[in-house]
Amino acid sequence: MSVKTLKINGQDIAAEAGKSILQVAKEEGIPIPTLCHLEGVTDVGACRLCLVEIKGINKLLPACVTEIGEGMEVETNTPRLQEYRRMTVELLFAEGNHMCSFCVANNNCELQDAAIEVGMDHTRFDYRFPDRGMDLSHPEFAIDHNRCILCTRCVRVCDEIEGAHVWDVGQRGEQCYIISGLDQPWGEVDACTSCGKCVDACPTGAIFRQGTTTAEKLGDRAKLSFLINAREKQEWTR
Amino acid sequence: MSKIRFATIWLAGCSGCHMSFLDMDEWLIELADQVDVVYSPVGSDLKDYPENVDVCLVEGGVANEDNLELIQQVRDRTKTLISFGDCAVTANIPAMRNMLGGRDPVLKRGYIELGDNSPQLPHEPGIVPELLDQVIPVHQVVPIDIFMPGCPPSADRIKATIEPLLNGKEPAMEGREMLKFG
Amino acid sequence: MDREGLLEIAEAEKNQRKRHRIHCCTSTGCQAASSLDVKKNLTKAAKEQGLSDEVDIVGVGCMGFCGNGPLVEIEPDNQLYETVTPDQAEGIISSLKGGNASAAQGNLHHPFFSRQMPIVRENSGKVDPERIEDYIAFGGYQALCKALYDMTPEEIVEEVRQSGLRGRGGGGFPTGLKWATVAKMPGERKYLICNGDEGDPGAFMDRSVLESDPHRVIEGMAIAAYAVGAEHGYIYVRAEYPLAIKRLEKAIKQAKKYNLLGSQILDSPFDFKIDIRIGAGAFVCGEETALIQSIEGRRGNPVPRPPYPAEKGLWTYPTLINNVETFGNIPPIVERGSEWFSGIGTENSKGTKIFALTGKIENNGLIEVPMGITLREIVEEMGGGVPDGEVKAVQTGGPSGGCIPENLLDTPVDYDSLKEVGSMMGSGGMVVMDKGTSMVAIAQFYMDFCREESCGKCIPCRAGTEQLYALLTKLLKKQATAADLAKMEALCEMVKSTSLCGLGMTAPSPVVSTLRYFRDEYEELLQERGYSQVNGKVTIG
Ligand SMILES: Cc1cc2nc3c(=O)[nH]c(=O)nc-3n(C[C@H](O)[C@H](O)[C@H](O)COP(=O)(O)O)c2cc1C
Ligand code: SF4
Ligand code: SF4
Ligand code: SF4
Ligand code: FES
Ligand code: FES
Repeated sequence: MSVKTLKINGQDIAAEAGKSILQVAKEEGIPIPTLCHLEGVTDVGACRLCLVEIKGINKLLPACVTEIGEGMEVETNTPRLQEYRRMTVELLFAEGNHMCSFCVANNNCELQDAAIEVGMDHTRFDYRFPDRGMDLSHPEFAIDHNRCILCTRCVRVCDEIEGAHVWDVGQRGEQCYIISGLDQPWGEVDACTSCGKCVDACPTGAIFRQGTTTAEKLGDRAKLSFLINAREKQEWTR
Repeated sequence: MSKIRFATIWLAGCSGCHMSFLDMDEWLIELADQVDVVYSPVGSDLKDYPENVDVCLVEGGVANEDNLELIQQVRDRTKTLISFGDCAVTANIPAMRNMLGGRDPVLKRGYIELGDNSPQLPHEPGIVPELLDQVIPVHQVVPIDIFMPGCPPSADRIKATIEPLLNGKEPAMEGREMLKFG
Repeated sequence: MDREGLLEIAEAEKNQRKRHRIHCCTSTGCQAASSLDVKKNLTKAAKEQGLSDEVDIVGVGCMGFCGNGPLVEIEPDNQLYETVTPDQAEGIISSLKGGNASAAQGNLHHPFFSRQMPIVRENSGKVDPERIEDYIAFGGYQALCKALYDMTPEEIVEEVRQSGLRGRGGGGFPTGLKWATVAKMPGERKYLICNGDEGDPGAFMDRSVLESDPHRVIEGMAIAAYAVGAEHGYIYVRAEYPLAIKRLEKAIKQAKKYNLLGSQILDSPFDFKIDIRIGAGAFVCGEETALIQSIEGRRGNPVPRPPYPAEKGLWTYPTLINNVETFGNIPPIVERGSEWFSGIGTENSKGTKIFALTGKIENNGLIEVPMGITLREIVEEMGGGVPDGEVKAVQTGGPSGGCIPENLLDTPVDYDSLKEVGSMMGSGGMVVMDKGTSMVAIAQFYMDFCREESCGKCIPCRAGTEQLYALLTKLLKKQATAADLAKMEALCEMVKSTSLCGLGMTAPSPVVSTLRYFRDEYEELLQERGYSQVNGKVTIG
């Protein structure tokens, strides 16, 4: 095992080469907020919450996809990063329709948690109130696009873990939305095995089990990394 | 020192925030000792919002012309304006009508398409306030000094926000207890 | 096929030439103005007037003066006709025998032409883009011969490095350095991509090069492939460029026929093939990582760099990606040497740049100018200034660039100077604005473009450009306050610093640059009291 030494927030750290800054920070108990990152699937660097400052590099880099390097000096929580993160979360709230009080994921939502973590008491940006729909065609699950933050965790989990590739992203820019199959109603997509992994992967109340109501979605996000570990290392107990 | 002049107002919201306010129970008595309630749907009978108010809690978003007029008056006459609850902070549930795309489609949907016996659009200038095209959070209309999210904010959160103000301090609006929406 | 073979073709081609050669532009711009009918009538008239044996009527690519098309040029007399209509064809032919042409005569000595220095476009408007033999007669594929027979791959990379050529796709990255990186990467499989996506609004430099001289680009690609060790290349062109695609397809076929593409090119051990990939017209697909995703058959979303395509590109193999114009510079650099090339331009910007000159200006069209020429020379001398008005600003760099005010028009056109004044070279859009133009509206126009073209993957760009657009709209409607303006500036900073790819990172530039030079126009629109919010200090008692 080759080791790299680096500094995060002034703290000296030695870690295995090839790991991401996010992995190492986590191991060291240094919090970095994330939304599109999900243990067990490929990182895409999309949500930009995990951006960090690295000495000598004039661009902010996402901790989830940036490998540690020898002598790296990383800052994870400068005032500038704090401000950008708060703006990021504000933009997310302003772009969708998030009415937490009657959301299935209320109290168990990573977006809600992120808002608390970045200290957001309101958003400075005007709400856009997009006209987005819901798809209730699946017998067990449903997707409410109003609450989707386009993190693509469902897309990746379905493709990479379940191997069904039911989900994709359609359109571009603000018009983007998650599509099932070839933009069909979810219930008509034969590839869907009804495994429920996307329900667990979804950080918000966008994908949920039918029949759950306000604050009843209790996602089991650890299940996904458990599954990967089980498959790779044949450890089938939790 | 003269007593703090305290007010609450109710715009487009369900009054749940005010109910939660009343849930502060016995602390309300303490509060009553320290403030003069000069205007409030749950604590005063005055019809006009007075001058020189120190603190005002605003429940609800801005949905119609009455709301708009009142909040501007309130801002002019109040030192510390608190956006009180998710409807005030985000426009929340009342804003779900915004997705229909404006005032006319909303009225049409509510009074014509879903109207039962004699569907007709309400129109009574001076009595029924005209709807704005969109319901918007209060801070989109006037500057706000403190934001207190929650649907409704719990009695504890309300108390933790007001109490420091009574002692001339700023409340610390941070952490799950003070900030969680919903 | 070898060097001798090429020379033979060139000889044969030249021997066939007739006394007069009439060039009729058949590029997209002139085609739209019925140049195909002009060409047909020219041929017909030549026949009727018994001149078929004396004149070649050649459909050529863009001559640059597109605003005045269709253009017809007679060689060797160097007579140019502008805005030619089909019924003027007859007169043009009769002028060869001393008759009178009624078509408007153009002036090839006008600064619009005389200040140009065509290198990439040296054959454009002269060579028949649909006949490889004509290209060969213009000296085509000699550079490839030289590369394959007389130079090692390392020598070519070094030559390009010495030339000082920088990428013409917008970023201005040193081309030689990029080539060296790809060349050094281990592994036997490497790819090469020519970026012809060209999505900037108003830009048509690359389209014109592909339509006018496709072999030039193919030759450049083949040399690059040999230099970096790639055997397979792609040209990525947007579907909106059907003529460019058609001519490229034809050119590739012809090159294969003469063993200039395929296996054992020019009887050397070097193999190289080129495929065309057609983009669906998303601006973001010009971004290199998105383009690679698109070629792989995926949604054209950018992916974080590093790793750069040079290390891990198409199908995870090292990939060299360069712009059309960049490749177009390669054959002359190889043939005439880096010293010649680096003698043109400025300290850090060598060679020439093609611009699409548009907007409120007398002479619209494509120009290829040496780096270091000033904006004023371009706008006032070549472009002839604003018709009945005055220049207010010049926009370069498209939606990623900025507006340069009139008082800075003496800025030389080079990568660094343009950056210094808050704009950028970009891919070559140059829009002239007159005094009547609202700079806030211009900023809004570009923001509208960016928000529509954002791929939607990352939040700052997807939602940030929408909010910026909304704020600009609010300003223009006179509903914004000073707090809104401050919010807009903070958001510009955030979108620039946190977006994933170049689209988001540069989307605020038009706002930032117009704020820098025309702040008063923004401030004039502000209201005392609007819909806005100030998180004021809390005091009580
Ligand atoms: C949003 C965006 C659009 C781009 N569009 C183009 C394009 O249309 N053509 C192009 O050559 N480069 C484009 N680029 C730049 C490419 O990513 C890449 O840098 C370039 O093709 C490299 O070639 P060069 O070094 O020869 O310039 C674009 C970049 C971004 C961020
Ligand atoms: S998804 Fe999360 S943030 Fe959105 S409404 Fe539900 S609980 Fe609130
Ligand atoms: S549905 Fe959920 S998991 Fe899928 S992109 Fe939207 S928020 Fe992410
Ligand atoms: S910056 Fe814009 S175009 Fe680039 S990845 Fe992000 S959303 Fe897509
Ligand atoms: S977690 Fe790294 S960008 Fe989203
Ligand atoms: S298109 Fe004919 S001159 Fe440019």
